[in-house]
Amino acid sequence: MKSSRELKNYQNEQHNFKLRLAVLGLFVFIAFSLLATRFYYLQIKRYDYYQTLAENNRISIVPITPNRGLISDRNGVVFAHNFFVYTLEITPSKVANLETTISEISQLVEVSPADLKRFNKQKNESHNFESILLRTHLNEVEAAKFAVNRYRFPGVELKSRLFRHYPLGKRGSHIVGYIGRINDKDLKNLEEANLLSNYKGSDHIGKSGIEQSYESTLHGTTGFQQVEIDADGRAVRILSSQTPISGNNLILSIDSKLQEIAETAFGERRGALVAIKPSTGEVLAFASMPTFDPNLFVDGIDFDSWNSLNNSLDKPLINRPLRGVYPPGSTFKPFVALAGLENGKRQPPFSISDPGYFMLPNSRHRYRDWKPGGHGNVDMRRAITISCDTFFYGLAIELGIDKLTSFVRHFGFGQKSGIDIANEVGGLLPTPEWKMRRYKQPWYMGETVITGIGQGYTLVTPMQLAQATAILANKGITMRPRLVSAITDTKTGATSLTKPIMTDKISLDEKNLEIVKLGMIDVTLPGGTAASVGANAGYSIAAKTGTAQVVGIKQNEKYDEKNINERHRDHALFIAYAPAEDPKIALAVIVENGGHGGSAAGPIARMVMDYYLLGKLPIIEPSTASENVTTPNENTTNALATPSGTMAEEEHYD
Amino acid sequence: MISQLLQGLFKHIDSFLMGCLLFTILVGLFVLYSASGQSFERVSAQLVNIAIALSVMWLAANVQPQLLERIAVPVYLLGVLLLLAVEIFGHISHGAQRWLDLGFTKIQPSEIMRIAAPMMLAWFFSKHDASPRVIDFVIAAVLLLIPVILIMKQPDLGTSLLISSSGFFVIYLAGLSWRFLIGGTVLVGALMPIFWSMLHDYQRKRIEILIDPSQDPLGAGYHTIQATIALGSGGVTGKGWLNGSQAQLDFLPERTTDFIFAVFGEEFGMAGNLMLLVLFGLIIARGLVIAAQAQSTFTRLLAGSITLTFFTYAFVNMGMVSGILPVVGVPLPLISYGGTSMVTLLLGFGILMSIQTHKKLVASG
Repeated sequence: MKSSRELKNYQNEQHNFKLRLAVLGLFVFIAFSLLATRFYYLQIKRYDYYQTLAENNRISIVPITPNRGLISDRNGVVFAHNFFVYTLEITPSKVANLETTISEISQLVEVSPADLKRFNKQKNESHNFESILLRTHLNEVEAAKFAVNRYRFPGVELKSRLFRHYPLGKRGSHIVGYIGRINDKDLKNLEEANLLSNYKGSDHIGKSGIEQSYESTLHGTTGFQQVEIDADGRAVRILSSQTPISGNNLILSIDSKLQEIAETAFGERRGALVAIKPSTGEVLAFASMPTFDPNLFVDGIDFDSWNSLNNSLDKPLINRPLRGVYPPGSTFKPFVALAGLENGKRQPPFSISDPGYFMLPNSRHRYRDWKPGGHGNVDMRRAITISCDTFFYGLAIELGIDKLTSFVRHFGFGQKSGIDIANEVGGLLPTPEWKMRRYKQPWYMGETVITGIGQGYTLVTPMQLAQATAILANKGITMRPRLVSAITDTKTGATSLTKPIMTDKISLDEKNLEIVKLGMIDVTLPGGTAASVGANAGYSIAAKTGTAQVVGIKQNEKYDEKNINERHRDHALFIAYAPAEDPKIALAVIVENGGHGGSAAGPIARMVMDYYLLGKLPIIEPSTASENVTTPNENTTNALATPSGTMAEEEHYD
Repeated sequence: MISQLLQGLFKHIDSFLMGCLLFTILVGLFVLYSASGQSFERVSAQLVNIAIALSVMWLAANVQPQLLERIAVPVYLLGVLLLLAVEIFGHISHGAQRWLDLGFTKIQPSEIMRIAAPMMLAWFFSKHDASPRVIDFVIAAVLLLIPVILIMKQPDLGTSLLISSSGFFVIYLAGLSWRFLIGGTVLVGALMPIFWSMLHDYQRKRIEILIDPSQDPLGAGYHTIQATIALGSGGVTGKGWLNGSQAQLDFLPERTTDFIFAVFGEEFGMAGNLMLLVLFGLIIARGLVIAAQAQSTFTRLLAGSITLTFFTYAFVNMGMVSGILPVVGVPLPLISYGGTSMVTLLLGFGILMSIQTHKKLVASG
């Protein structure tokens, strides 16, 4: 019984299996018939068509490069656009004798030694069958001259190409960046991102700034033409084509006029300025001085220009706001102050009597105040206003390094701001753990002392300092800084605004914020360290000055601004937000080797705020402005510079 | 004496199948000679591949199918382990991580899976002879998905596609209910638009290009465009051996490997293509017969799967070259240049022969 059922099962299964095999057999038959039909279609029905394609020396697919998106400022002033120019290009593999050809060409149109240099450089970097630029920007006459003689030069082509141009030249070049010829590294990156086919016709790619970070938005989609070509490789007939889609246009949050005012205000001095709209994180001005002309890079920069830019002591190619690191100096104090208040230290009516120095218990070392003899009776508000070092030395020690750093980290210190251009550095907010890792040494109390006044290991970028000021103005809310405020889709014409992004929020006591704000407002009032900056402003400015040492001063030496090498002078720092009651702009200014923050950096900040808030154009020349101002000679702290053994390892804030 | 020896030597070789295979391989050598620009070097390298592959086939044919059944699980596990090893230590070539460097030689574990995965599934179902339940199919699907996902991650779309089809054939032949099959197809069809609407634009674009390469003639589409021109210009009888202009003038990419069929079609035309279809059809038919006559569940399922995987190879390759299927990296079986695919294919046919020729012995013994 059992075995017969098994047998039945087995037979059933056999039957089932064979049925399923038969179905598959049918499936195979259908699939092969499908292929046979396709062969019939290709090889019999459309034979003539394909035959012709194959016979006529086949077809070629020609990429059509899309127009790169435009970059303009918030008011529509163009930072980067494209225009057509005639170029002369040579494909070395198609030319019998390169030297004679070039010398014959140079009898028709001018070929400068710089052109030749670039040609040879590019020739060595590319394959023989690629066409290489010999001349760009041919004028109409030159183009016509060559066109007439074209038959004499096989392998040489007159082309009309789209060129990137930066009409504002040096203005804002660190923001916009530049494009350059695609090199092997770019190719590798494109290949990894699976974008190579979209760059078939492109010679250029964003190399820095917005041009680099928004490459995918700006580039657009490459179109193509499927063309029939004859034996000489010339297009005979277009078989099909797809038009390219232009890259999207970018609208920056930058105000080019504001940018101009900021850059002009620096004059010949080196430094950086970043201005932010606190409520949104929009970057309003972003100056890195000196700047350079990005137009030099588009075609491949010539050797001499590159050398002079690259070897210049002023380092114009460095993006100072993002990559320049400086000790924050006294501009760090408002944040230390807030850290103290929020941790319940130094609440009013607490005050100290400042003797002009601070000493750690069991140490004879004196951490000096910038003002010999001290400031007398000082409470928190006044300590900010007059930038009292002694006050902050004590506060830092009482807070301890861990509480101090973990609080100010919320203001972006020690971390990248996340702005939308690449290669930002994160500065340095030192902790005992960091020091152990880096130097294999324990943390010293004295290092906490000087961290309280923004000296020691602490390093900030101008971007970070501006961002910290914006966060302070925004009452603890961090908005990610953005240079691009809107993107216009060139296909649909629709403009989409970049949404402000909140990345951090620390809840702060209004009362404490008020104390710091009042202290900072007093800075720009008579008696403050930047009284001249606030004079006749018409709006209230909350600010803080700072000075960062370049060269260490020995304990008993005196800093003499007049007799010191210009490049060894202190860096001048200034942060501010205004109007203090309802902040519309927050900024940070650094003037390298500028001396005092209030007198060197402050006036630049004032001009920027005046224009942004009141639409007022600057009247005074920046260079004279810094001479005429008189302010208390604040705060060149040299606490670190000491011959005494215990503190020797701290001797590096140059 | 000698004839006895020969008889012993070829006792387990299925002569009909062997005849078809050898003829196809011979045709392949001629096409390769033309496609490689008349390179004897290429052809002799392929001859070495063929010699190795035939030895492997002979060995497999002489092994009892029962042994295969016993080693199915360990081979599968080894395959999965090696795939994991590739994931961790693998060698990257052409942007994909497929090779495992053992120091003395490099192996491609996904190739092992081509046989190991259907063997594992056939073994699994042979343990649930009578009527597998739904849960068994679920377990089978998981067993299949493990190697498929690992290979897809390498990324090797072609191989993972072939392995999933080989596994699917086992599941189907094991008796997956028709309701499931039809229901599943309808469900997938119905879910497609919803899935589509969930994709990002760029993802859609990528799939669209996969389906219709002419949208991206600078990239993926270039192959297909050139291959269809080659095929179409072949006409009824072709341009003649060594005379394909598309093939000879460098217009066809990968013309000794994945796109060798374009060379064949250009030089031998519609007639050649149909002949190849018939050859493949005969091989498949013989495989199906072997499967139908097989005696155990394991051998039956394995034979069916091996045969239909061969079909998938052939269909996908010819389909992609002639422009009706997306371009995935699948070689033309028995013809494309390459050692690994030749070895795995003939290993499969060796197993088929073993199943066929050991059957009578089992029955009488």
